Amino acid sequence: MFIIKNKKIFISISIVLVLLSIASLFIFGLRVGIDFNGGALTEVVYKDSRPLQSDLDNAFKSLDLGSVLIQPTGDLGYIVKSLDLNEEQHSLLLKTLSQDGKSPLEEKNFNSIGPSVGKELTRKAIIAIVLVSLGIILFIAFAFRKVSRPISSWKYGLMAVISLLHDVIIPIGLFTILSYFYGAEADTLFVVAALTILGLSVSDTIVIFDRIRENLRNKTGTSFSETVGKSLDQSYMRSIFTSLTVIIVLLSLFFFGPESIKYFALMLTAGMFFGTYSSIFLASPLLVLVEEWQSKK
Amino acid sequence: MIKKLISIIIILILGGAVAFFVFKSEPKLNSNFENENSFFKNSPFRLGLDLSGGSHLIYKADVSGVKAGEVSVSMDALRDVIERRVNLFGVSEPIVQVQNSGFISGQEEKLIVDLPGVTDVEKATAMIGQTPLLEFKIEAPADAAQKATVDKDGKVTLDAGPQFVSTELTGRYLKKATLEFDQTTREPKVSLQFDDIGTKLFAEITKNNVGKMVAIYLDGAPISTPVVREEIPNGQAVISGNFTPTEGKQLVGRLNSGALPVPISLLSRQTIGATLGGDAVDAGVKAAIIGFLVIALFLILWYRLAGFIAVLALCIYITIMLTLFKLLPVTLTAAGIAGFIISIGIAVDANILIFERLKEELHSGRAISDAVDAGFHRAWSSIRDSNFSTIISAIILFWFGTSLIKGFALTLGMGVLVSMFSAIMISRIFLSGLVFIGEGKVARFLFSSGFSK
Repeated sequence: MFIIKNKKIFISISIVLVLLSIASLFIFGLRVGIDFNGGALTEVVYKDSRPLQSDLDNAFKSLDLGSVLIQPTGDLGYIVKSLDLNEEQHSLLLKTLSQDGKSPLEEKNFNSIGPSVGKELTRKAIIAIVLVSLGIILFIAFAFRKVSRPISSWKYGLMAVISLLHDVIIPIGLFTILSYFYGAEADTLFVVAALTILGLSVSDTIVIFDRIRENLRNKTGTSFSETVGKSLDQSYMRSIFTSLTVIIVLLSLFFFGPESIKYFALMLTAGMFFGTYSSIFLASPLLVLVEEWQSKK
Repeated sequence: MIKKLISIIIILILGGAVAFFVFKSEPKLNSNFENENSFFKNSPFRLGLDLSGGSHLIYKADVSGVKAGEVSVSMDALRDVIERRVNLFGVSEPIVQVQNSGFISGQEEKLIVDLPGVTDVEKATAMIGQTPLLEFKIEAPADAAQKATVDKDGKVTLDAGPQFVSTELTGRYLKKATLEFDQTTREPKVSLQFDDIGTKLFAEITKNNVGKMVAIYLDGAPISTPVVREEIPNGQAVISGNFTPTEGKQLVGRLNSGALPVPISLLSRQTIGATLGGDAVDAGVKAAIIGFLVIALFLILWYRLAGFIAVLALCIYITIMLTLFKLLPVTLTAAGIAGFIISIGIAVDANILIFERLKEELHSGRAISDAVDAGFHRAWSSIRDSNFSTIISAIILFWFGTSLIKGFALTLGMGVLVSMFSAIMISRIFLSGLVFIGEGKVARFLFSSGFSK
């Protein structure tokens, strides 16, 4: 019952976090990667020692490759970001990086994406986001079609959607901070992470709403708020544990997994964490709040 | 009771067999892998380009010259030609696929080429873009001006080019090229067979040029200038130049693979070095093992006997998934491995929902066997509903995704489906089979969980 009694505090925490995330999205902005914008990314590792970054910067200034951004990676490597490159430009880039063969190197990764491919991916991402959101809203409407007392089923759906938005917006806000301070870029996996959070976070909310549904049917508790409070007491442990197991594997992916999916794992971890928070501390308290407003009228 | 024990044993045996298959079909885990049964040898994990290293190329096909109704036919023809060219260079398991234009994928007709193991993009694009241009030219009329140039040393060079003029006959009318060896000199030569139109053209050319030279040009350079002795009506010609058997073989391959039906241009290229891919695989395996161990520890400490059974069910779940990856087969990418690892976390969810229910039922004073049944029965609706939304996301991601997203959506979606089966079926059979340990204090402790006694 503790959660329901202090519902206004918990709801306020969520509102503040969401507002902060939106603010950070506007202040820091989202750095968009070459997947969407087009461009080229070259990763090289030098055999013996890597040349000074300033030397390479100067060498690139005299070339006609547009802006070239060089970042050190590991002990012997550089990641080079540039506009998308054709074959000649690519060999020129490699030649310049190796200082005309003086510093032998190995190219570990090369990715050049034309602007039209980037546009296609952007369109695909938008369509996927719209469809996943629609699919999940329809599913929520379907899952809660049978509960209609004392508040109608579409309100359960609405609360689930609100907590869903909360679960996605906060990790995106965190990502913009990562993007600002550590140079993380929104790529395809960023979109996948956002959509996966949509899928995973709603499942938690459903576990708790399912319990409320059952308790309403069995007439546990004298008032709606008491029923919701009891349902929360009964189910918050399992809600935390089911998320905990997923967070465990996500953290092990973040700490030990492949380099290319670190930010992806981190964003999903944040999504799972706030997904659990919202299903316990946001969605159900909101339901009670709505019921209280209704009965006041 | 006996029935329940038998089903437990059957599941354990099946699980063991599946695990044995996974173990036996991994080269790294078997010292004398070469001597294994071919069934095992032919079932490795299929790794995506980002893990195995290789090149991923996206071409745009210019179909503006093709009639609206024939676009898909010429795209298929394009794919066949590119596929033949790629195969010629001995790339193992290349993937060449057409992406037609549409509302989702945009207005362009695209061709996507995956070349595992090819990390030299320049070489890769060269071998795909190469169109062997075969031309037949005849001697220019004697009165045509010959172009001579005088360089600064005063040396006069006669440009051989304008000596010959183009004819209509090109490699387009070629039906087949074969490599032959001259019976006396053992020199390799390429024999050409024209199609109907080509045969007519060739007959005409040879008829009008008896006693004169006909030059055969390849990629703009003359490779052979035989003198015509008589009209050749059967559409057969032979190119003998100074090429080695290997060059001859390559030429035949290139001629047979034909010209591109539509021009293509490169839109995007990606190359991943083999070392980077190998590191990603190792990291993925490490993350999976650590994640699994922590979850197993948590389950056994918190849910005791039930937790132990959940770990057993999880092991069977993992081996089933690995077997499906091998047999279907599923192409594994870094994101795909991540999807699978996340599904390990999700697979436990269903068990946790059931065990928490079980604990509640035990607290409300039911006998263990009733509580087990009720726990499974009552948890089912939340398990079904909570997994459904993840499946929706996975299906839509798979439908729209690029190969990277597809790998993730597929392993995650499969994982959720298989995990529902493993949690419901396998855990249930194990738990209800173990009910025989009785109603004693110890038994109740073992079936309960958390800090409760």
